[in-house]
Amino acid sequence: MAELREELKEKLIEQLSLEDVEVSEIGDDDPLFGDGLGLDSIDALELIVLLEKDYGIKLKDPKEGKAIFESIGVMADYISKHRTK
Amino acid sequence: MIKEKYYISDFCSIRDKKIFKNGDQLHIDLESDNLKDFAKGVYKFLELKYPKFHKMDELCKLGFLASEVLLKDREKVDRDTALVLSNRSSSLDTDRKHQISIQDREDFYPSPAVFVYTLPNIIMGEISIKNNLKSENAFFVTENFDTDFMSNYSKILMNTGKASNVICGWVDLDNDKYDVFLAFLSKKGEKELTKEELNNLYNQ
Repeated sequence: MAELREELKEKLIEQLSLEDVEVSEIGDDDPLFGDGLGLDSIDALELIVLLEKDYGIKLKDPKEGKAIFESIGVMADYISKHRTK
Repeated sequence: MIKEKYYISDFCSIRDKKIFKNGDQLHIDLESDNLKDFAKGVYKFLELKYPKFHKMDELCKLGFLASEVLLKDREKVDRDTALVLSNRSSSLDTDRKHQISIQDREDFYPSPAVFVYTLPNIIMGEISIKNNLKSENAFFVTENFDTDFMSNYSKILMNTGKASNVICGWVDLDNDKYDVFLAFLSKKGEKELTKEELNNLYNQ
């Protein structure tokens, strides 16, 4: 699980162009939206694409993302339970 | 009938890895191999702290950086400062990236972050957000920088009270080839706003 969390942090920085952010600066429980990493609605859509492309998880309802993308920890937990690749 | 006189208060350009403001070279970077690295270098040079910059496409980055250079020494920018921009290649550079992501039905993963930049007028949105502008804006796609049309359009905006100032210019990018020129038009300045003067400054 720790490996997946690190992998997600790297993907987040790469996919969401978080140029000023280091992997070590993202805590497992830090909120990704709002006061945390400050991601926006386009980032949320980008994360939905990432789930499908890299882990084979297709969200039926984009609103599900709100809970899944709460933090790296929550995301990693969800991916490990639902991934198909 | 256009009676009031308007002026080109400030102007800047970004070309060939160089930035000029009011005719003076402000920055040169011959080390960068591509536009992305050049833009990042300018971001650092200008000491900007604006993480959203890194999410922009290259066309937006160019327009955004030019606006930062143009407005650099102003204490504040009037909220009704209009934006009137133009270019030849529209958002073709990003359109191609989007096209690549959707052309294979077996590998169909269009990126929302790329798609949002498949319109050139997004540049004006980014500049407006950064400077808190609530103003008129228009983006024209023309073969060349049409200084006659652009100066007239800007004058009309100021003459009719739609804007107190106008940022007008040319922000073009295609395949890493770029040409950027912005001018701040207002009632103050030494260079009178005419199509000839705008053309002279663009060609400097």
